[in-house]
Amino acid sequence: MSTASKPGRRKSPRSAIPGFGINLGFTLTYLSLIVLIPLAGVFIKSAGLGWDGIWHVVSSPRVLAALQLSFGAALIAALINAVFGPLVAWVFVRYQFPGKRFFDAVIDLPFALPTAVAGIALTSLYSPNGWIGQFLEPLGIKVAFTPIGVIIAMTFIGLPFVVRTVQPVLEEAEKELEEAAATLGANRWQTISQVILPTVFPALLTGFALAFARAVGEYGSIIFIAGNLPMVSEIAPLLIIIKLEEFDYAGATAIAATMLTISFVLLLLINSLQAWSRNRGGRK
Amino acid sequence: MDIQIRDIYKGFGSFPALRGANLDIRSGELIALLGPSGSGKTTLLRTIAGLEFPDAGQILFGGVDTAPLPVSERRVGFVFQHYALFKHMTVLDNITFGLRVRKSKNRPDKDAIRKRALELLDLVQLSGLEKRYPAQLSGGQRQRVALARALAIEPSVLLLDEPFGALDAKVRKDLRRWLRELHDKTGVTTIFVTHDQEEALELADRVVVMNRGSIEQVGSTSDVYERPATPFVFDFLGSVNVFPGTVKDRKLSIDGANVTLDTDNDHAAGAVDIYVRPHDLRVVEEGSSGFDVTIKTVQRTGAIVRLITQLKHNKEIVEVELAHLDPQAINRKVGESIRLQPAIYGLFPRASHDSVRTLPDVDPLAVPEHRERGRLG
Repeated sequence: MSTASKPGRRKSPRSAIPGFGINLGFTLTYLSLIVLIPLAGVFIKSAGLGWDGIWHVVSSPRVLAALQLSFGAALIAALINAVFGPLVAWVFVRYQFPGKRFFDAVIDLPFALPTAVAGIALTSLYSPNGWIGQFLEPLGIKVAFTPIGVIIAMTFIGLPFVVRTVQPVLEEAEKELEEAAATLGANRWQTISQVILPTVFPALLTGFALAFARAVGEYGSIIFIAGNLPMVSEIAPLLIIIKLEEFDYAGATAIAATMLTISFVLLLLINSLQAWSRNRGGRK
Repeated sequence: MDIQIRDIYKGFGSFPALRGANLDIRSGELIALLGPSGSGKTTLLRTIAGLEFPDAGQILFGGVDTAPLPVSERRVGFVFQHYALFKHMTVLDNITFGLRVRKSKNRPDKDAIRKRALELLDLVQLSGLEKRYPAQLSGGQRQRVALARALAIEPSVLLLDEPFGALDAKVRKDLRRWLRELHDKTGVTTIFVTHDQEEALELADRVVVMNRGSIEQVGSTSDVYERPATPFVFDFLGSVNVFPGTVKDRKLSIDGANVTLDTDNDHAAGAVDIYVRPHDLRVVEEGSSGFDVTIKTVQRTGAIVRLITQLKHNKEIVEVELAHLDPQAINRKVGESIRLQPAIYGLFPRASHDSVRTLPDVDPLAVPEHRERGRLG
């Protein structure tokens, strides 16, 4: 007889997408191996210091200044990208111009470039006798070896994240939405602020979060342009390296664990904001 | 508002989308732009709206040239084929958008805007759905929200691009009737684009038939169907049989068949194509003027008996439609020989279809016998 009529031995209700169990198992294992176990290691290592020990490391003025610079500059850089990234994406989506493909490829360069190369290039540009720095110097603006330099390096490496997340959403948003707004009497600014921006907002948040996270963790491109003056332009990841070189492993992991916690909370906040903005409009 | 379209040319790259379109639209009319895809009908609609700019020509709204007016100042209500509703706004916010973006001196106060939107919702029969988002509406409902949004700005003209294109047949039919009623109620000059001849004929006061960037014919629905001005219109609106023929001494003969017809128009002598609709062919007695065919298939669908027949002299296929109560339709069998004669037909000079000029928009009642009509002699 056929086996097709045999009653199923299923424990879970049937689903049109099979393999839930094995796929979830794979995902959790993979996530554990690649992300969770190494991160847990950080916390376990730093736990050796005890709460007091961690607090002692983190509350030192130098560490506090570094953390403040890392997160503050990353936030400013991500905000700058959140303003100019969509603009760049919009130009690429809506207009045709010679060399478009070339510039489109250029956008991705910060992804691919070894960050040290970017750092050296930026430093030579913005140093007091560099191409751009020589014009800023007389104006009293110092970029290289100051927190401004840190922000510039972070902006540089964050740009593609915003452009590449916003671009497909803009492409999908019909040109007709803009035309509809125009026929209804909206001027350009009203169309952008009330129609286009709300449409790309969830994607923009994603891009912002990615750019921010990348900037917080960035090391290579910043240490060249920052000058690394303690209390002024020293970023937290550099401080971790310094501690490691001093064989202060517990101190290094304490800073790392603090950064991880702050980053995690911030990303969680951004994600819930994003979920909220996506749910508006009954979109699935 | 009446609209005049004067010699509009528009090209996209090397593709000419509009080649000298001329059209007068009277205030309060419901006009259909009908044509196959690529005929320029949507381009014409978008040019009227100000979403495209003509390469040459003028569009006048109430006698005033619209060229300097950007789309946002033309007060056109435009309904897009895929509605283009703002997904992040509720139905109410969508409808009030056009009023909310006005400069403060022209903007009604908040309560007035809300009141107007609710009235419009009532008009489009969506009362109670003002808090929904577009994603929570059916296709037909979205269409009506788009319409309410366009009407909210009290447009001087309402433009609809394939308004029912994305809907299923049943909803289409309901919305069509409903749009006609809405138009009669509001009296807004309305232009809609369609490729569906049934839709155009059923809904519009006048139909503009377009082909390859030109207007082929403008006329009432009976004009374009019963008195097509060009071979294209003949072909596009319903099916048609074409016979090669010759005009000589005001007599028309079908080549290869023993048929002589009168031409009471001043048709130039020479080779012509004779266009006859399947239902304008009569079955006649042996001995009458006509051509002989053999019946190949007989299809009975509802009130119509459709005969696919083959001409005896050149084996060409001829389609015939008879009313099922027509005595000649009863007991027709495959293989039988019958004689056919065209009752109503159109004549066009052969091999120069492209150069056939668009006829002026003549009132058919003023001319008892249309010049492209003939009757059997």
